[in-house]
Amino acid sequence: MSLGEFLLVAVLAVPALGAVAVAATPRDRAARVVGTVAAAVTLLAAALLALGDRTWSGYTPSAPAVRPWHRIDLPWVPGLELRFHLGVDGISWPLVVLTALLTLLCCGYTLWRVPEGGSGRALVALLLVVEVGILGTFLALDLVLFFVFFEIVLLPMYAVIAGWGGADRRRAARKFALYTLLGSVLLLVGVYVVVAAAGTADIVALTGGAGLSRGTQLAAFTLLALAFAVKSPLWPLHSWLPDAHTQAPTVGSVILAGVLLKMGTYGLIRVAVGVAPEGARWAAPVLGALAVAAILVGALVCLAQDELKRLIAYSSVGHMGFVLLGVATLTSTGIQAALIGNVAHGVITGLLFFLAGAVKDRAHTGSLAELSGLRETAPRLAGLLGFAAVASLGLPGLAGFWGEAFAVVAAVQAGGALWTTLGVLAAVGGALTAAYFLRLLRRVTHGRPSPAVGRLAPGLARAELVAWAPLVLLALAVGLAPTLVLGVAEAPVDALVEVLR
Amino acid sequence: MSVVQSVDSVALLPAYLAAGTAVLVLVTDLVLARPRATVAAAVLGAAATALGSALVGAGDERRTFCVGADCSYVFGGRAALVGVVVALLTLGVLALSGPALRAGQSPVGEYAFLLACSMTGGVVLGAAADLITLIVALETLTLPLYVLVGLRRGSLASAEAAVTFFVVSVVATTLTLLGAALLYAATGALHLGRLGALFADRPELLDLPLTGAAVALVVLGLAFKVAAVPFHAWAPATYDGAPLPVAAYLSTASKLGGVVALLAVVQYALPAEVTGPVLALLAVLTMTVGNLVALRQRRTVRLLAWSSVAQAGYILAPLGALALAAGRSADARSAAYAAAVAYAVFFVVLELAAFAAVVALRPAGADGGTLDDLRGAGRRHPWRAAALGLALVGLAGLPPGLAGLFAKVTVVRSLLDGGAGWLAVVVAVNAVIGLAYYLRLTATLWAAPTTDAAAALPAADADAAGPTGPTAGAAAPTGAAAPAGEVPVVRTRTVGAVLVVATVVAVVIGFAPQLVLDVAAR
Repeated sequence: MSLGEFLLVAVLAVPALGAVAVAATPRDRAARVVGTVAAAVTLLAAALLALGDRTWSGYTPSAPAVRPWHRIDLPWVPGLELRFHLGVDGISWPLVVLTALLTLLCCGYTLWRVPEGGSGRALVALLLVVEVGILGTFLALDLVLFFVFFEIVLLPMYAVIAGWGGADRRRAARKFALYTLLGSVLLLVGVYVVVAAAGTADIVALTGGAGLSRGTQLAAFTLLALAFAVKSPLWPLHSWLPDAHTQAPTVGSVILAGVLLKMGTYGLIRVAVGVAPEGARWAAPVLGALAVAAILVGALVCLAQDELKRLIAYSSVGHMGFVLLGVATLTSTGIQAALIGNVAHGVITGLLFFLAGAVKDRAHTGSLAELSGLRETAPRLAGLLGFAAVASLGLPGLAGFWGEAFAVVAAVQAGGALWTTLGVLAAVGGALTAAYFLRLLRRVTHGRPSPAVGRLAPGLARAELVAWAPLVLLALAVGLAPTLVLGVAEAPVDALVEVLR
Repeated sequence: MSVVQSVDSVALLPAYLAAGTAVLVLVTDLVLARPRATVAAAVLGAAATALGSALVGAGDERRTFCVGADCSYVFGGRAALVGVVVALLTLGVLALSGPALRAGQSPVGEYAFLLACSMTGGVVLGAAADLITLIVALETLTLPLYVLVGLRRGSLASAEAAVTFFVVSVVATTLTLLGAALLYAATGALHLGRLGALFADRPELLDLPLTGAAVALVVLGLAFKVAAVPFHAWAPATYDGAPLPVAAYLSTASKLGGVVALLAVVQYALPAEVTGPVLALLAVLTMTVGNLVALRQRRTVRLLAWSSVAQAGYILAPLGALALAAGRSADARSAAYAAAVAYAVFFVVLELAAFAAVVALRPAGADGGTLDDLRGAGRRHPWRAAALGLALVGLAGLPPGLAGLFAKVTVVRSLLDGGAGWLAVVVAVNAVIGLAYYLRLTATLWAAPTTDAAAALPAADADAAGPTGPTAGAAAPTGAAAPAGEVPVVRTRTVGAVLVVATVVAVVIGFAPQLVLDVAAR
């Protein structure tokens, strides 16, 4: 077994075994430490995946469009075309690292504070299982395996929301589970539409269409795009998201917004667009229009939103709209914008949810009407909230800028009346994003301290700083040097766009 | 043709063993009159039957009772699978019955004897290759169940359930028999293989109204047995009234019997052009109605009963692909039959696990109770509740219940291979509806207990040891003090053993579904 194969297996096996170890550790705090260590080892293994040969110079027309740095391919269930086929390349690696990082931060955060509702041990175990599912989704190079990992995430996340969430958690959790299952059963049908027609489930072989007929591609893309649109979520299939994000505990919201949504956009790029390019070209205008609708609807709802967590949750709808717009252009610029937008949203919204959780835990309310003057009593918290909000609204120099700006650029570059209009509307949506984040800051941080805020202690716990610092640094780093993400993603995206033509 | 038939006793060995079990149980009960010995005889016989089926099935296909080329008894791969599964299910149900039998709710000798008789029917059914053998075997499987359903002493619900079941089932059998008779009148054949060949050679037979009526009667009569909508109304009442272990048997072994019978006539005898559309419609109705009504159930066993109606729809779904020409190619057909068998096997394992867990979570000899009776069970009995949760999630078709996930995948795959994408979408949407109630029941297990149950929590905490804890009676003293609504759970090794074995099997076939797929395709 080569190093690459070992690392691929380790990235999935460590959190899986970690979850078992956590469940088997009798003492609650010891179990949480075990889980955090497992998450740390996973992050190490995920980061090391970048090692090894990743030269892309040998491009030839006959080479497949997906050329993983490392891969492992073992038979599992031949009767269902299911192979244990994993691989990592420049499109998936940033997301893998992001997932591992956010899970580590969440596990570390639970060391310090366990939300009410159940034992911290069970929460950490569930977070690790969720991590296995998300990482597996990003690493799978077999369509059926992709589906299996996609499904693994569902119930543990349901349990996190239903077990440790807010007052209305059961309904929110059920809505999350049913919506997402609807997406994944459509994914199942879509996957086997492709497999039945092509006779293989190998994503490497299938990328570029693999000679599928136009009818098959249209059917497959419709099913797959619907499936990923629920997960991403794309307007008008987004209504599970605000409830789930608002009711979930802080760590649940961070994982949900930070990486769970990325399964949808990643799947759209790697599976839907890759496997059914003709279907993608056919549906691109619809996808683009819906994405812009999501941006505008998300922004307008946020402008009228009075609850902190719910506002951030709705802002995800808008941000994911930019990502989907980038994908819908089907150009190299657009897809790269989508990838960096994915990572930036994961980092920034993860941070925003941590901060919103901290505010709610301290002030015991999330209502904007009862929050004001945060900078008077808790200046550090207010400063970080300001930083995260400004990063999220897409200030140049911070991570949020690249994805949104270049999604608009890609749409305008795509040309034609439709795409230009979409680009302009998306830019307007970007301005609205700035408007609602500034409104948020004005109401929460400025003004005279409200009674709920007046009681706050100014300091931050060390655990909070440790959990947030990596995200703050990453938001700066990706903003100043987008090549951190784009450097690895450019070659595989170009190869993908090449076969789309 | 020789007047004296040569009989292949090796092929018949599983049937001998099963019938021998029934006789042995009867004699043991008469001579020794000790419940323990009677049950031991039944367990031994069921185990021997499973072993015999596996051994005979490992060899080549064996045929006997032949007239010319047509044989009435064909013991091949599927017959062996059915024999093994039915015998093991019987074994499991016997073990689940332990607490109820010990509580003196049912007479032990009769109970074990009837169960062994039913098992005999199931074993023969898998090998039946003519319509008469098939119907007789199916009746042998069902007849003892009328009595078993009503065998709970002093229970009116139980008696009502038995009568419902009896009346509906007899009507169904009559329909099937009438269909078989009409088929004979139209074609002069009763052997499944010969019927199939006749329909293939002489398509003009299909133009006879008589043939159409006959085919419809046979299929619909058998649809009663699998509780397919619109012939399902007996199932929830019967399951709920029956003793829990018998309900488990009804929803696993008995349902498997119906599926096998339906599969046999559809695969070998009847023309797919006629049965395909009927089966597609039955499948869609069955899963949709079953799932929708299950959403509203408040009683555990009724919920499981309606869900098993819906599951019958998933089992039938692959056969619905026969409705389209693309689904009638040789490859697609064999894939569809294999998928139906595979789904049935995945299903019975998960269903047995679910019933075993319900038995383990309920007091000895009690019925299934309401969903509220299970509220907070996850805090009192973490392992048993976890097993129930795993089984339910598997029935919903989601990880960590990988067995159920792959079962759904198998069905969807075979449907898309047969070009029936629309049916695959119906199955997919139904899986979402199904999740709603499976999730509700699963969430109830870990929900915060109501005030009544909370008072009993300390007493029950001691029970966290697991499904194979000490034997019966340990929980009784604490239970006596428990308030109304909170009932002591009697522990028995046998129930725990079934629960553990079924769960382990479900986990193993979840990680290695190819085992089931290989066996199902034989």
